Amino acid sequence: MEELFTKREDDIRGLKALYHKEMMDHIRSKKFLMILILICVTSYASLYGALTGITSSDSTDYLFLSLYTTSGSSIPSFMSFIALLGPFVGVILGFDGISGEKSERTLYRIAAQPIYRDSIINGKFLAGTTLIFTMVYAMGVSIGALGLLCLGVPPSLEEIGRIFIYLFFTAVYICFWLGLSLWFSVVCQNAAASAMAAIGVWLFCALFMGLVAGIAADLVYPVNNEIQALYNSYGNYTVELAVNRLSPYYLYSEAVSTIMNPSVRSVNVITMESLSGAISGYLSLGQSLLLVWPHLAGLIALMLATFAGSYVCFMRQEIRAK
Amino acid sequence: MKETIIETTGLTKLYGEKAAVDHLDLTIRKGEVFGLLGPNGAGKTTTTLMLLGLTEPAEGQAWIAGKDCTRDPIGVKRIVGYLPDNVGFYNDMTGRENLYFTGRLNGLSEDVIRERTEQLLERVGLTDAADKKAGTYSRGMKQRLGIADVLIKDPEVIIMDEPTLGIDPQGMRDLLKLIRQLSEEDGRTILISSHQLYQIQQICDRVGIFVDGKLIACGTVEELGRRMEREGKYTLELAAEPDNEALAQLIGRIEGVDFVEREGELYIVRSREDLRRKTTLALAANGYTLLQLRQKGGDLDEIYSRYFEKAEKEQSQEAARTRFPKFGRTVHKEGR
Repeated sequence: MEELFTKREDDIRGLKALYHKEMMDHIRSKKFLMILILICVTSYASLYGALTGITSSDSTDYLFLSLYTTSGSSIPSFMSFIALLGPFVGVILGFDGISGEKSERTLYRIAAQPIYRDSIINGKFLAGTTLIFTMVYAMGVSIGALGLLCLGVPPSLEEIGRIFIYLFFTAVYICFWLGLSLWFSVVCQNAAASAMAAIGVWLFCALFMGLVAGIAADLVYPVNNEIQALYNSYGNYTVELAVNRLSPYYLYSEAVSTIMNPSVRSVNVITMESLSGAISGYLSLGQSLLLVWPHLAGLIALMLATFAGSYVCFMRQEIRAK
Repeated sequence: MKETIIETTGLTKLYGEKAAVDHLDLTIRKGEVFGLLGPNGAGKTTTTLMLLGLTEPAEGQAWIAGKDCTRDPIGVKRIVGYLPDNVGFYNDMTGRENLYFTGRLNGLSEDVIRERTEQLLERVGLTDAADKKAGTYSRGMKQRLGIADVLIKDPEVIIMDEPTLGIDPQGMRDLLKLIRQLSEEDGRTILISSHQLYQIQQICDRVGIFVDGKLIACGTVEELGRRMEREGKYTLELAAEPDNEALAQLIGRIEGVDFVEREGELYIVRSREDLRRKTTLALAANGYTLLQLRQKGGDLDEIYSRYFEKAEKEQSQEAARTRFPKFGRTVHKEGR
């Protein structure tokens, strides 16, 4: 019994020390400063864009939410900025996690201390996750606070709930990229290779997945003439949607636009029949959440899968460099 | 006889088909300084990693202080300090912070960590540089910080991988003195793996010569020297006056001489028995004045190169056997 206790103690102690070190490392590093400045500048720019956009447009029922969703004349909204730059944050925090320790030759030294080996990678992931959650919520809330000062319209409880759920989605989404880049850092020998690989996946998901989905849908349900369009367009669209949703970028974008826009009533195809007799109105928070529940489960699963991948690869790898 | 602290039986590590470490049986006694000597790629680092439980052996077992290195690596790592080859530190942290971090990983209390860090920085002479970033340290300083890093957990056993590599002569002397101190004053057991013979020879109680994953000789430097002699390998270095053609012939005629060669000012005489007396008498009888006479074989360099020759000869024979069929194949292909 006592032995069990000390073993647990070992685990926690190593993890704690590594977690502290990782946090300190991140916060002091120049790359973290860089992404912080980048995120701050773009967020405030998008807030400025949103404020100019809102004053010129008609007021909506959910004015506070439009702080995050409205884009100015030439500046994209906060939401689209974060969807595009968020992965970058995750990749930067993780890409040299293990390969950096190897090239600095510190991994040997750490591994020779009386700690469990998995606490090295657990510490890295936990520290990154903490930082991402802190950063996302700090940014989101500060945008809200500034917007409140400028607009003078207080948010309703439902709006606050939607914003917090939106930020949670964002943090999980960025953590997925952290896990992925950490995985690449275990597999690749040097930091540059793992960064390139992670950025490659990001570009593919953000830009090319849509093309792939279109091609796949056209292959399965071709719509080349009117007859085909009559029979196949429903199937075509469904397949395209399904393939698109394999990309975490699409999954995330779809989920957050549903959460932040109460007038979105469905994330799937709506036929005329299902619309007949429907009264147009807003969905409540609970109903919106119900729509994106699978998305949330999918994103969390993706995040855990990438972390599990990096964990397994790291545990099976020879500590030996080269 | 002191108690055994490190023991391996039949320890084997395979990389693909090749055995990096081949059925190693090693016994190291408490409090001794043991030198594991061998060329690059002999399997020294692999052996040290298996002792720390960082690499799993394919076969065999290793124990340190009664703890199984594969089954209980945490227990082993608690009492063993490891100084890797070309040790690295977190460049963004100061020397002191790096030591604190290691202390925390070992679960020491903050007071103990602070106290030991100051003592150790003093001991390795880094007190002035303690608050500089580790990234600015020179190689020698990193090595010294590495030793402080190993000592912070107050280990019973210290394993050092190529500790003398890339250090200037003064740094080397300090380092060797420190290692000796660690053994004599603190009573720690030290295992050094290296290919630098001279430095290691000065401080080791016993050495093991490690070639191609096999321990081909083990013992004190004197023992190894005597063993060479028993195997009938003597090398005599001599110089005499007048230095002429007849001298070489005269030496060559002495009974028992296998081989005479000239190396600068000296003659190198190889034989299978101790020829010092015979040579002196023969030279004196023929009117030569003996200027220098030295029996080689007492130093590690000689032992090492002799053992190497042996190992390399076997290796090249083996290589020759495997290589020729390959050549045959290429020729055949070209013929077509």
